[in-house]
Amino acid sequence: MTEKLHINALENEAIYIFREVAAQFEKPVLLFSGGKDSITLVRLAQKAFFPAKIPFPLMHIDTGHNFPETIEFRDKLVEELGVELIVRNVQDSIDQGKVKEESGRYSSRNMLQTTTLLDAIEEFKFDACIGGARRDEEKARAKERIFSVRDDFGQWDEKNQRPELFDMLNGQIELGQNVRVFPISNWTELDVWTYIERENLEIPSIYFAHKRETFLRDGLIWSASEHVYRDEDEEVEERWVRFRTVGDMSCTAAVDSYATTISQVVAEIRDSSISERGARIDDKRSEAAMEKRKQQGYF
Amino acid sequence: MEVLKIATAGSVDDGKSTLIGRLLYDTKSLTSDKLEAIERSSKQKGYDYLDFSLATDGLVAEREQGITIDVAHIYFSTATKSYIIADTPGHVEYTRNMVTGASTSQAAIILIDARHGVIEQTYRHFFINNLLRIKDVIVAINKMDLVDFSEERYNEIKADFQKLVDKSDYEDQNITFIPVSALKGDNVVEKSTVMSWFKGQTLLEHLEKLDTKDIYNRGKVRFPVQYVIRPKTEEYHDFRGYAGKVYGGEIKVGDEVIVLPSETKSRVKEIYFYDKKFETAARRSSCTITLEDNVNVSRGDMIVKVDELPKVQKQFTATVSWMDAKNLTAGSKYVLQHGVNKVLAKVSSINHKIETDFSGIKSDISSLGMNDIASVSFQLNKPIFFDSFKEHRTNGAFILIDPQSNNTAGAGFIE
Repeated sequence: MTEKLHINALENEAIYIFREVAAQFEKPVLLFSGGKDSITLVRLAQKAFFPAKIPFPLMHIDTGHNFPETIEFRDKLVEELGVELIVRNVQDSIDQGKVKEESGRYSSRNMLQTTTLLDAIEEFKFDACIGGARRDEEKARAKERIFSVRDDFGQWDEKNQRPELFDMLNGQIELGQNVRVFPISNWTELDVWTYIERENLEIPSIYFAHKRETFLRDGLIWSASEHVYRDEDEEVEERWVRFRTVGDMSCTAAVDSYATTISQVVAEIRDSSISERGARIDDKRSEAAMEKRKQQGYF
Repeated sequence: MEVLKIATAGSVDDGKSTLIGRLLYDTKSLTSDKLEAIERSSKQKGYDYLDFSLATDGLVAEREQGITIDVAHIYFSTATKSYIIADTPGHVEYTRNMVTGASTSQAAIILIDARHGVIEQTYRHFFINNLLRIKDVIVAINKMDLVDFSEERYNEIKADFQKLVDKSDYEDQNITFIPVSALKGDNVVEKSTVMSWFKGQTLLEHLEKLDTKDIYNRGKVRFPVQYVIRPKTEEYHDFRGYAGKVYGGEIKVGDEVIVLPSETKSRVKEIYFYDKKFETAARRSSCTITLEDNVNVSRGDMIVKVDELPKVQKQFTATVSWMDAKNLTAGSKYVLQHGVNKVLAKVSSINHKIETDFSGIKSDISSLGMNDIASVSFQLNKPIFFDSFKEHRTNGAFILIDPQSNNTAGAGFIE
């Protein structure tokens, strides 16, 4: 206990943001996908409120096409934390006729999540949704605020954003509006991985190299699964792969890898020459793909 | 890893995005897929060089008009530091974005087009960096390739800029001049081979040697309470922890402190960071402290050392940077957020407008429009606990929130 507290600027900033959320909002929720960024968020939230429990629930918008490893992991973590987990399913939105399943070669449930998310926000009257988006991921996200106000329709007006000065976060909103909060805005992919290593955080097994049935399309490695459309001539082959992000199976490509430990993964990311979202099929749709999705209320 | 945040400012077309793109390219921070996208897009537009500005201009509107319209954040790292660049646009009408970007930065790069030299925009950029107390300013004289890499031209511009520096009242500011060609890569990361007359460091070399601990402004210890932690569990039944961020200096166990506004004295009992206890909380750490005595503390209160009291007042004068389309007028009311503390504020008077080109002040103004900077006096419903901005960069700043729109309408720096 004689030690001087050493500071990690990014960690301290994130903890500060979490505390602002708890203080400024009535009904916050942490959007949890089971991916590395949301796992990092959970640890930061624990640090922000210790010795109290995290003072808000976690919510997962389940596309139904998630990697089963991620779901197992999610349930185990929630049990350990002793916090409430809310799950809302894209399948329900499809069954209710609110969204229509895409079809064809590049079909994905990724876009459909938006409707399910907006419905859940309305159902629970959440006024702040905490997410793990980072500004380095994608150039439209580089303009995102830490407290990002969304209108009644969950939409993002990128031309009319509140300026954020110094540490001061303005969370004042009208009834019906909500704020998306991004505590790890300023982290890079490498920062997240180094943090996971330093904190010794458990992560789903698909982040480590494993043998998997895959096929190649457009230079990317796709997972061969019932949820992923595949042409007959697209040959399935077993490969050693690892995932860098864990989105929907239909929009997350794998990378060739033999990294089976966290330090090997960190070393691989350090030397990598392809960006994280380079393996996200949903971003390749057009140069402005992310910006368009965000305007519609995507996370 | 150290983190250094840098604000960049420049005028339209002086090559700011190209400079940032060059930094990313030469530090190998552009991944192959991003580089391919840049190559593809440059070729499509018929350019015969790589258009690095495409790496930073994020929004569709920007790509269409070819200009940067909002603050964008760009990340890269070297073996020693992580860098965050807050890229802000340089048009006259975007003072608000420059103030915003500079408020979270410790260093700034001001770009000058070597062909045009010091122009009105340069005055404004320097003025804002001064106002925001940015400790380290780098003046990058760009497009040297278009003036034949002339040492004479460089010295001329340097002398012109020095005249601005002479008008500044911020003596601790470090100003460094570097002649660069962002397009060709001279003196950005690699030393220029054609400008051998320049003996200084390249831009990246200079950034690498900046001590991030040093350039954070120091001051007296301020601990604004963000959140009170009361676990109400068996193990921590009577625990009352005050969560917040430490500004200005360090807090140690045993420190004699006073809680504002109640003016109750106590001592620091424990300092927690997550599940561990520490003797000392460093500057800028988000920790949780407990006090020896059972004191009533709530969000917005401030814990300070007994011999380091801030000012506790209901009225003050501040330099205000206005950011809203709706004008600020005498008599109008706002929510004033000072750190994490919110009070109601009424504008008692607009004293004078301050020209951002160092040309002085203008009296007789009745309202402040977007991008105006002025001296404004306020009357509050409750006292706040502040220092002057010049003495304390965090405890001397506030934002004004429009109670109708909830927008952040302006920022203030207390005189």
